[in-house]
Amino acid sequence: MLRLPRFRLLEARSVDEAVRFRSDAGDGASYVAGGTDLYPNMKRRQQMPHTVISLGNIPELEQITGTPQAGLTIGAGVTLTALAQHPIVAEHYPAVSHAASVVSTPLLRNMSTIGGNLLLDTRCNYYDQTYEWRKAIDFCMKKDGAICWVAPSSPRCWAVQSSDGAPVAVALGAEVTLRSAGGERRIPAAALYNNDGIEYLTKRPEELLVAYHLPAIGGWRATYHKLRRRGAFDFPVLGVAARIDFAGDGMVTDARIVLGAVASYPQAIDAAAAAIIGKTLDATTIGAAADAAYRPAKPMDNTDFTLGWRKEMVRVYVQRALQELTHPA
Amino acid sequence: MSHPVSIEPPARLKIQAAFIVNGEHCEVAFAPHKTLLEVLREDLALTGTKHGCELGECGTCTIIVDGTPILSCLALAASYANRRIDTVEGMAADGALHPLQDAFAELGAAQCGYCTPGFLMTARALLDATPRPSRNEIKDALSGNLCRCTGYLKIYEAVELASERIARAGAAVHD
Amino acid sequence: MTEVAATGAAAPVAELRVVGTPRRKVDATAKVTGELRFADDLVLPRMLHCKLLRSRLPHARIVRVDTTRAAAHPGVIAVMTGAELAIPFGILPVSQDEHALCRDVVRFVGDPVAAVAAIDEDVAAEACDLIDVEYEQLPAIASIEDGLSMREPLIHDYGDDANVHKRVALEFGDVDDAMATADLVREDVFFYEGNTHLPMEQHASLAQWSADGKITIWSSTQTPHYLHRAIAKVLEMPPAHVRVIATPNGGGFGGKSDPFNHEIVVCALARKTGRPVKICLTREEVFYCHRGRHPTLMKIKTGVRKDGGIVAMDFTSFLDGGAYGSYGVASTYYTGALQTVTYKVPHYRFRGARVFTNKPPCGPKRGHGTPQPRFALECHLDKIADQLGLDPAEMRRSNLQPANSVTANWLRIGSMGLGACIDATVTKSDWKNKHRKLPFGRGVGIACSSYISGAGLPIYWNSMPHSGVQLKLDRSGGVACFCGSTDIGQGSDSILAYIVAEILGIEPVDIRVVTGDTDLTPVDLGSYSSRVTMMSGNAAIQAAERARDQVASAVASKLGVPASRLTFAHRRVFDLQDAETGMSFAEAVQLAESKFGTVGSTGSYTPPRSPGRYKGAGVGPSPAYSYSCAIAEVEVDPETGIVRVPKIWLAHDVGQSINPTLVIGQVEGSVYMGLGEILMEEMTYRDKQRNVVHHHPSMLEYKSPTTWEMCDVETILINDKDPQGPFGGKEAGQGPLLPVMPAVANAVFDAVGVRVDEVPCSPHKVLRALRDKMKGKEGRFGPGSVPEYDFPDLTRVPTPAQGGNGRESVGRAHSEVGGDQSSVTNRDSAGNPVEQAGETTAAEIAGLNSERDSRRGSR
Repeated sequence: MLRLPRFRLLEARSVDEAVRFRSDAGDGASYVAGGTDLYPNMKRRQQMPHTVISLGNIPELEQITGTPQAGLTIGAGVTLTALAQHPIVAEHYPAVSHAASVVSTPLLRNMSTIGGNLLLDTRCNYYDQTYEWRKAIDFCMKKDGAICWVAPSSPRCWAVQSSDGAPVAVALGAEVTLRSAGGERRIPAAALYNNDGIEYLTKRPEELLVAYHLPAIGGWRATYHKLRRRGAFDFPVLGVAARIDFAGDGMVTDARIVLGAVASYPQAIDAAAAAIIGKTLDATTIGAAADAAYRPAKPMDNTDFTLGWRKEMVRVYVQRALQELTHPA
Repeated sequence: MSHPVSIEPPARLKIQAAFIVNGEHCEVAFAPHKTLLEVLREDLALTGTKHGCELGECGTCTIIVDGTPILSCLALAASYANRRIDTVEGMAADGALHPLQDAFAELGAAQCGYCTPGFLMTARALLDATPRPSRNEIKDALSGNLCRCTGYLKIYEAVELASERIARAGAAVHD
Repeated sequence: MTEVAATGAAAPVAELRVVGTPRRKVDATAKVTGELRFADDLVLPRMLHCKLLRSRLPHARIVRVDTTRAAAHPGVIAVMTGAELAIPFGILPVSQDEHALCRDVVRFVGDPVAAVAAIDEDVAAEACDLIDVEYEQLPAIASIEDGLSMREPLIHDYGDDANVHKRVALEFGDVDDAMATADLVREDVFFYEGNTHLPMEQHASLAQWSADGKITIWSSTQTPHYLHRAIAKVLEMPPAHVRVIATPNGGGFGGKSDPFNHEIVVCALARKTGRPVKICLTREEVFYCHRGRHPTLMKIKTGVRKDGGIVAMDFTSFLDGGAYGSYGVASTYYTGALQTVTYKVPHYRFRGARVFTNKPPCGPKRGHGTPQPRFALECHLDKIADQLGLDPAEMRRSNLQPANSVTANWLRIGSMGLGACIDATVTKSDWKNKHRKLPFGRGVGIACSSYISGAGLPIYWNSMPHSGVQLKLDRSGGVACFCGSTDIGQGSDSILAYIVAEILGIEPVDIRVVTGDTDLTPVDLGSYSSRVTMMSGNAAIQAAERARDQVASAVASKLGVPASRLTFAHRRVFDLQDAETGMSFAEAVQLAESKFGTVGSTGSYTPPRSPGRYKGAGVGPSPAYSYSCAIAEVEVDPETGIVRVPKIWLAHDVGQSINPTLVIGQVEGSVYMGLGEILMEEMTYRDKQRNVVHHHPSMLEYKSPTTWEMCDVETILINDKDPQGPFGGKEAGQGPLLPVMPAVANAVFDAVGVRVDEVPCSPHKVLRALRDKMKGKEGRFGPGSVPEYDFPDLTRVPTPAQGGNGRESVGRAHSEVGGDQSSVTNRDSAGNPVEQAGETTAAEIAGLNSERDSRRGSR
């Protein structure tokens, strides 16, 4: 059996206690909520924290508060199942509940949290392997090695952003609250991510993501389209999240089109948004937006499927996402 | 409410925790980095719960915790102290099979039988929450359990048959 | 499900009371309660845990292995290297090329180098990391092309030609002459990517050493008998002191049919430490055991008349064998053996070559060597039908090999229900209103297949039965049935109980089945080649009939009724003419026990001889062939190339269902596995710069279909009894898989007009073919050609129609091998001596070629 390495477990009972534990434990400590990302990585020895601070028993992280009119605040410890099934989220933020509902499997969603999903470690076929496998290629730069096998001459790691929730959060203009012993800050979700497979988060390691803030509804619609091999288990090999703000006459007043799983961060394609802002959605404008999204999308050979096909799918999936938004809700 | 647990590495001492397993209170000592899967199988001798990958990628190790089916291979046992845990060993009651077990046996839904405990756990949680699921709801609920033998069809039929029989038994009670 | 030709029933006792009726398996309750104990569920006092250190290089010479640090690690009880296990093993006697732990050379990433036994798995894993291995890396051979062209380094120092493990070149009849008479000669090239079994249960073994000098191993093996032989050989122990207990297999599909290094290692460690030693492989290690589908590159050329009638066929296959022999010699033959069993092929040529490569070894996965050529053949026929403007179902229908015939390559066909299978699927699927008639993006495709009901020959040369059954009847009325067969989920334990219950007139629940234990049960060769129902079933019939006759004789004298008038049914033995005159089965056994002493019986089975006598004739013969026809309906998204399969109709000629629930289960499971193969499953590797590592040895990235990908299946069982089968039964476990892949590929063509001549039919391939077609090019994705390769001279065998005698033409090239083996006698199911079929291949596989033996090194 593949087993966890030895580590020290600290069971936090409050957010304050969790961040204090983290501050005391210092570098090399990790928070864990559902464990569905961290524990497999630990079993494969991709991450070897000496201390794990468990957030599984902190009720304050499991609340959903606010109103759609003013914006919802979702505790980071809300499970993906709870988020996907939450009636208010499902009614007013279908893209959010849909993205939660297509993560892995029902069993995994019963354990995993939205906080963990937004912070999901970047993934790569050369990295998400056991210690023994990685040893056979002399490791990679994300863990224990020197080069990136996806692009051996590259100075950076190309591990891919694989969260379904993250592109949606960025497209929606959602925000997150980060807490550490030093205090709290609230930042746009877009500012949480970096286009680097290793330093993929701007969050400092000691900061704990405590809340996910959804914007007030009204005048905009959003969707998320996920491409993967199977209808369950699989991470996205492409995600398309789109939010479009409409004027009363159907004119697009603002738009964000964000690609998941083609870069190390949720990649907002401004040119695609620009292709539809100030226009109405029709075959021509949608086609132009899809083309604009296709060009900068640069999937690498680090997930399932061939990268050429994944790039081609950007055009198709952007088109389908925007087409969906042309229809009345 | 669980107790905070703290273990200093490289300690190899066991910790002790209590669980309610299949309705019975039990205390068990185990290595602190063990998962519920490992504690159930190795420290409680409940080997009915199987494993296929230990990474959350197959659903074989599914158990029910407080009514919710989860992946025991990704559940750190220490974090689940004092919780209500149900495994396949607790499904039959008073010497009789649970209707799901009975239907699985009758319809050939268990071929090699290795994934069966996991499917039974998921299906049981489904029927507890949704007594008369549609075929699509069954597919959805079971989409996190892999089976290499059956092609799932006999499993769907077994879940449907059990659901019918539970409903009929319930109706009979109310008559 | 539809049952065609249901069995008749006669009063007062139905002709068959148990056989043919849906019922529970004898182990069903244990499987749904968690009681059933798989190998990793077993625990013994003082048990140690074993971990293997595996090679991190694809091909390297081992310079030094230093276990000092590992041995000193607290909690480590023993460390072992290949130095302690000198004797090689392998499933085929001709390919004894594996060592339990590599000694001089590692041949793939994952090849085991050292083993640790420790107090727990954590400590064992830590210790593996403390073993220092120094390697001298060798160039890797990573593909079929490499294997054919790179003459060094040699992966093994035996084989037919450098890194070519096995070459075959056979011709039946006169292919070139016949081709010249054809109206159309078509040639196509196909590639079938490798894939693996992925049993849900990871292989596990527990070995216990006794101070008596005996060893017992519980293991998730499909072939306890062959494992028994391998352990005795490598450990140099008397076989009688080795006990192999096959635990219930949590899925096999052929992946647990070889003796494995880890099984031998735990035995050796148990002997070394005097303590029980267990190993349970990780999922990644299961990928390294592999023995799955060979990646196969194929060329097929067929000559047909205008009406679609086949006049000749020429088939060539190249197999990527991986690092060891495994069943590979047989696999190579199988890529050419069964093309003739479905359709009449008057003249047939087959050439095949299997190469060694530095990858996990390939072997038998469900369908063993035949899904690849079946895919090629069925897609190729579809293209021919399209080219000739024929309905592909009708064209197949008009080419059927007749029942009770002998094929061009000397396979004897008994019952043959393929025509009924085609008719049933065509009707049920509404084929005629769908084929070429559905809107763009939707389509239907058809394919047929056949499979052996057990291999005609054992894998090592011997003239003993292939399966034995022993029955013990006792005065309680209970019956114990002992058989060496292994239940891998297909229900073989239950089949034994059903058959014995049928004949003795008792219920399956009255029977205790004891199987797969080399100390307790008579030999059965194992759960492979779809042989168990046929062979253990026939052995069980013989044993049960002998027991019945003994009991009947005692009852007859007591009742004063002729034994021939006694019937066994409803747990009673009674006079057929007066049902009141009789007694309970238990009383009847008591009478017999009083009269004869302890009541028991044995039965055994040996397949009938096959008419083929040429070198190579040993692979392909079977007592009976099952037949299947599948029609798949697909939806293809032309913007993405993604193929969805909503439904498959599959008719299977099973001869007679012993338990239709289990047969349908096998059909549905076959459709599932076939769907996985055609849509997504791949066992692939990175390039040599990346050390030929497995692309994705995980459940997540090796894509096994979920509930969402599985299609609806309508199963139609054709019950056309075969005289060789138990109650007329034939196999069901493998055959129904075979037509699924080509049926889907053909349906994709019907849907969008493009051909993906590769398995799997991935979206990017479909999309590429669609794009090409839009640009006016050929709408096809697939290999362009096969490598130029210098096959040996053809062994020419006149066909039955040419008046041949099953042997090579005079002047054949292979007179050195086993030419006189035909004098060895064997026994058929009735115990009559028969001549052994295909002796030359058997001899070859069994390693009787002394020249080859002497070339084999001592690695």
